[in-house]
Amino acid sequence: MKSQALRIALALTLAVALSGCAGTRVNTQDDERPWHSINEFRDQRFAEVADPWEGVNRNMYRFNFYLDKYVLIPVVNGYEYVTPTFVQNRVSGFYNNLNEVRNLSNSVFQLKGKESATTLGRFVTNSTIGLGGMFDPASKLGMPRHDQDFGKTLGYWGAGSGPYVVLPFFGPSSLRDTAGLVFDDGLAFGIYTMVDPFGSTSTPLLYGAGFTALEGVDMRHQQQFRYYGSGYPFEYYMVRFLYHQKRELESGKRIPAE
Amino acid sequence: MYLRLLLFTCLFLLPLPCLAADDGYGYPIPGSYEATILGTPAAMMPTFPTKMHIRQLVLDVLPDREKPPVFFYDEGLRCNFAYQNKKAPLVFLVAGAGSNGNSDKLVTMMKTLYMAGFHVITLPSPSHANFVISASLSGVPGDLTEDSADLYRAMEVAWKKVKGDIEVSDFYLGGYSLGATQAAFVAKLDEERRVFNFKKVLMINPAVSLYGSVTRIEDLLKQIPGGAKKQGVFFNKMLSKFSEYYSYGNFVAINDDFLYSIYQEKLFTREETAGLIGLTFRINLAGMIFASDVMTGGGYVVPRNRVLGADESLDDYFLVSSHLSFFDYFNEYFYPHFKRQRPGLTKEAFIDSLSLKSLDGYLKSSTKFGVMANENDFILTKAELDYLKQTFGERTKVYPRGGHLGNLEYKDNLAYMVNFFQEKEVQP
Repeated sequence: MKSQALRIALALTLAVALSGCAGTRVNTQDDERPWHSINEFRDQRFAEVADPWEGVNRNMYRFNFYLDKYVLIPVVNGYEYVTPTFVQNRVSGFYNNLNEVRNLSNSVFQLKGKESATTLGRFVTNSTIGLGGMFDPASKLGMPRHDQDFGKTLGYWGAGSGPYVVLPFFGPSSLRDTAGLVFDDGLAFGIYTMVDPFGSTSTPLLYGAGFTALEGVDMRHQQQFRYYGSGYPFEYYMVRFLYHQKRELESGKRIPAE
Repeated sequence: MYLRLLLFTCLFLLPLPCLAADDGYGYPIPGSYEATILGTPAAMMPTFPTKMHIRQLVLDVLPDREKPPVFFYDEGLRCNFAYQNKKAPLVFLVAGAGSNGNSDKLVTMMKTLYMAGFHVITLPSPSHANFVISASLSGVPGDLTEDSADLYRAMEVAWKKVKGDIEVSDFYLGGYSLGATQAAFVAKLDEERRVFNFKKVLMINPAVSLYGSVTRIEDLLKQIPGGAKKQGVFFNKMLSKFSEYYSYGNFVAINDDFLYSIYQEKLFTREETAGLIGLTFRINLAGMIFASDVMTGGGYVVPRNRVLGADESLDDYFLVSSHLSFFDYFNEYFYPHFKRQRPGLTKEAFIDSLSLKSLDGYLKSSTKFGVMANENDFILTKAELDYLKQTFGERTKVYPRGGHLGNLEYKDNLAYMVNFFQEKEVQP
């Protein structure tokens, strides 16, 4: 389901990446020396993350800013305007519950028995008593959510994050996490094809597209982050650092030997 | 927003320890540095409904201003506007150093006042890049008189934009930290300009002397090994300490439990906590210095003849700018800029002008001011706190703890703020 969106996104990436080269400036004359420059400081950089493709990433970061500005945020605002908060929360709950499939498969891939059991319990409870995930009785019953994805699974088994990547629509990521995203979406798409929830309707494609579109809107709705929202000139580095650090902490961890 | 997030990531979020001394004041965190970083526990903040009448204003304060490509995303001064459907007073709120109009503290103040029936407009600090780029006439922030004139202009533009939509009975003004100090200067200017005729002005944790307060914040960095020149090493060391702690504990995620435990286990020493506050200040300052240098073409950190592109790497500028102290900025860039305009201006006289004491007579004669301060706010000396008490008398409320701004979002403090604006004004 998400893979269609991903394909479109990848096509857009390529288009923007190619057009982006035109924006690179060439300084024809030598720069005047500023009062302070990099040579005088002998200190480690902080908030540093491997980012060999910074030019393309910044380009994509900017692309996402415009995508938000002209498409996603107006759509999300419209959605929030016409939909009561109660309904918005139920929609979020529904999609979050579907993502438990991703959480479960990756808990299993990491051989985390207890966590897998909890996630399975959550999924069953919320899908039934929670009316298809619209409500979350599982959390109140002591089954907390464990967010997992294939990027974390790769990290868990020792794969490094690789260079930082900014994806169109999805935003900050890494080479490893991008691979993880493709894998998770492939798996979801496989399950979706197998279950074929709209197969019995007269226009399954249309329903499928609506389903995916609402998912995209809900995803942006749940995400508070705004590109360049801080107005801080070095925001790119702050976001890169925070993303990287959070993923490192949450994925790279193995259970210490006892 | 990011800096706060960064601090949260690097440190600890809120526990609910019952450490408070029995003095009738329920704010729980005794340490000045800890309070400054941790702020107020979520459970001790008021809660707000999800739907409120709040929208963003993007103000074109300086219509002729040309924005360089590297700031392509800056489309105007970003303010928040909360409005009532009935006639009510309008409160302007000014953010503290380095904060934008969306900072958590400012938004909490806005929502609290909105719930109490006020219209509110929040403004970014003149030291924030957004303000430097979109609203500062000179592009060189830090002079309280000029910054306040910029603020006043921005308020006028904001008011012009909303006045068709709301009914306003009176105008009030408030600010925290540097924004509080600026509020006094804005109020002074308003006495001449009379556009708003502010009836009340509330200053929360103001700096008395800008130079003095910044000196004390810069001093926090002296406590780290190697001093401020090695802040990168320090930061990375703190980060690995944090990561290791996470890896060896059995934590599920970076959540409240984890952060609480960092606080409980005292993972960071007092010196390290102080160093992290100093570092946060430097990171903020870096944004201001860089934005100012680009806007004025000052050749301070960016070569004078260089036009930075929208996708260009700023990595080196980030490192350079964040390693400059406030004193570097002051002595090499800021003071020379003003000395060019006012020959004969001595450094001492300039420093004295950046202080509430330069408005001494006015502040003592006016009854519109109120002050909220903390006994253990490290940006004030004992003498400066006494100065506030003397100048504003019983309109000075001093809390026993809270550090610098740590207790701003605490329920009692917010109630005091609301009450200050609701009370009938004192007649001179």
